[in-house]
Amino acid sequence: MSLRDFGPNEFMFLIAAARWTILLALVTFAGGGAIGIFIAALRIAPSRPLRWLAIAYIQFFMGTPILIQLFMAYYGSSLLGFRPDPWTAAAVTFCINAGAFFGEIFRGAIEAVPRGQWESAKSLGLGFLKTLRLVILPQALQLMVPPTVGLMVQIVKTTSVASLIGLNELTRAAIKVNTVTFEPFMVFGTVAIIYFALCWPLSLYATRLEKRGNGKIQAKVKLPRLMPAS
Amino acid sequence: MQNLQFGPVFAHSDAFIDGVISTLVLAALSIFFGTIIGLLGAIGRSYGPRILSAPIGAYVEIIRNTPLLIQLYFVFFTLPLVGIKLSSNWAAIVALSIHLGAYAIEIIRAGIDSIPQGQIEAAKSLGLRPYRIVRHVIVVPALKAVYPSLTAQFILQIMGTSIVGAIAAEELTAIANNLVMQTFRSFEIYIVIAVIYFVIVQSASLLFAGIGRLLFQWKA
Repeated sequence: MSLRDFGPNEFMFLIAAARWTILLALVTFAGGGAIGIFIAALRIAPSRPLRWLAIAYIQFFMGTPILIQLFMAYYGSSLLGFRPDPWTAAAVTFCINAGAFFGEIFRGAIEAVPRGQWESAKSLGLGFLKTLRLVILPQALQLMVPPTVGLMVQIVKTTSVASLIGLNELTRAAIKVNTVTFEPFMVFGTVAIIYFALCWPLSLYATRLEKRGNGKIQAKVKLPRLMPAS
Repeated sequence: MQNLQFGPVFAHSDAFIDGVISTLVLAALSIFFGTIIGLLGAIGRSYGPRILSAPIGAYVEIIRNTPLLIQLYFVFFTLPLVGIKLSSNWAAIVALSIHLGAYAIEIIRAGIDSIPQGQIEAAKSLGLRPYRIVRHVIVVPALKAVYPSLTAQFILQIMGTSIVGAIAAEELTAIANNLVMQTFRSFEIYIVIAVIYFVIVQSASLLFAGIGRLLFQWKA
């Protein structure tokens, strides 16, 4: 006994909800990438307190579940006088969280560039930032692409957790459709296929990039850890 | 702007202890079952009959490319339709085990692939029985090689349990949410929960490193 059946309308409702999942993933990718550059720069900075700051940031965001971070941003921020809507809370949390992962990838790539390059740049009279920009980054960029694509898969999957603070993305749409149709096999099967269609091509691409690159150096630049609950 | 008040939070400290225990039990059971799935799957894929390889591969790819939350809902809502009625907690354990199993297969298989074919041939030529070869020449050295990656996955599993409150299973985050409803001290409670998870994760890393050293004389 259910209110309605799982038909084309319900299917289109799920497909339409997927755009919010994609949008949140893209926002996270852009925002997290920007924060990640900053974190990676702090992490390899010559000053020790700055490095500690970056380590603390990375440890906190990688060492606690993202759901807790989401709850803190959504429910907890009222303490500071904010009342964010689910979209703002989710976008901010995912960007800050992904920043830690991007930071670790970027740092790994920068550190995988042989030490001698830094020394030769220094002996040529280049400063820290100039060495980074002209010598290290062009080489590191190639190394960071495969793990970044891999992280993108994790991000798409992890956005599903945002449904738990009431963000209307794919997973929450699935719960709604399931409540009125009670055809969980169809509903969650369809949603699983949609997620799979988003993630699998990226996964395959990441594996292919990893195999094509310089195996020895690339091995040092892996996804630091997967995202929890993805 | 309100003040931080941890008093009402610590008044419920026994609820936090219950939460920690249920989270640890959930994590431990799913790690146990997930690792068994991983071992059997990896051996089956590398040395089993060829018919097994495609379904195992499909299982791994499907699980690794869909969110844990969807797997959780799928297990929770569809199992009763085929006549299997599980409590929320057991549905969570089933979903978490299936989830970890796929990752464990990939990790352990990488370890099995790293064992040189010559060693297996050497064991055969010494007259070891198949069971002995699988155990001493393949499984134990493979686990030793991938132990750090495998335990990193276990740590993720501990943090992953935080979302099973979505199907009303009992664990630390769900208990925290109940406390938020009772006390309205949301920020304080989530700070405390974050610290608890952080401590659990760091102690688990130390524990796994210690176990690894005992089992494999593996050096951190």
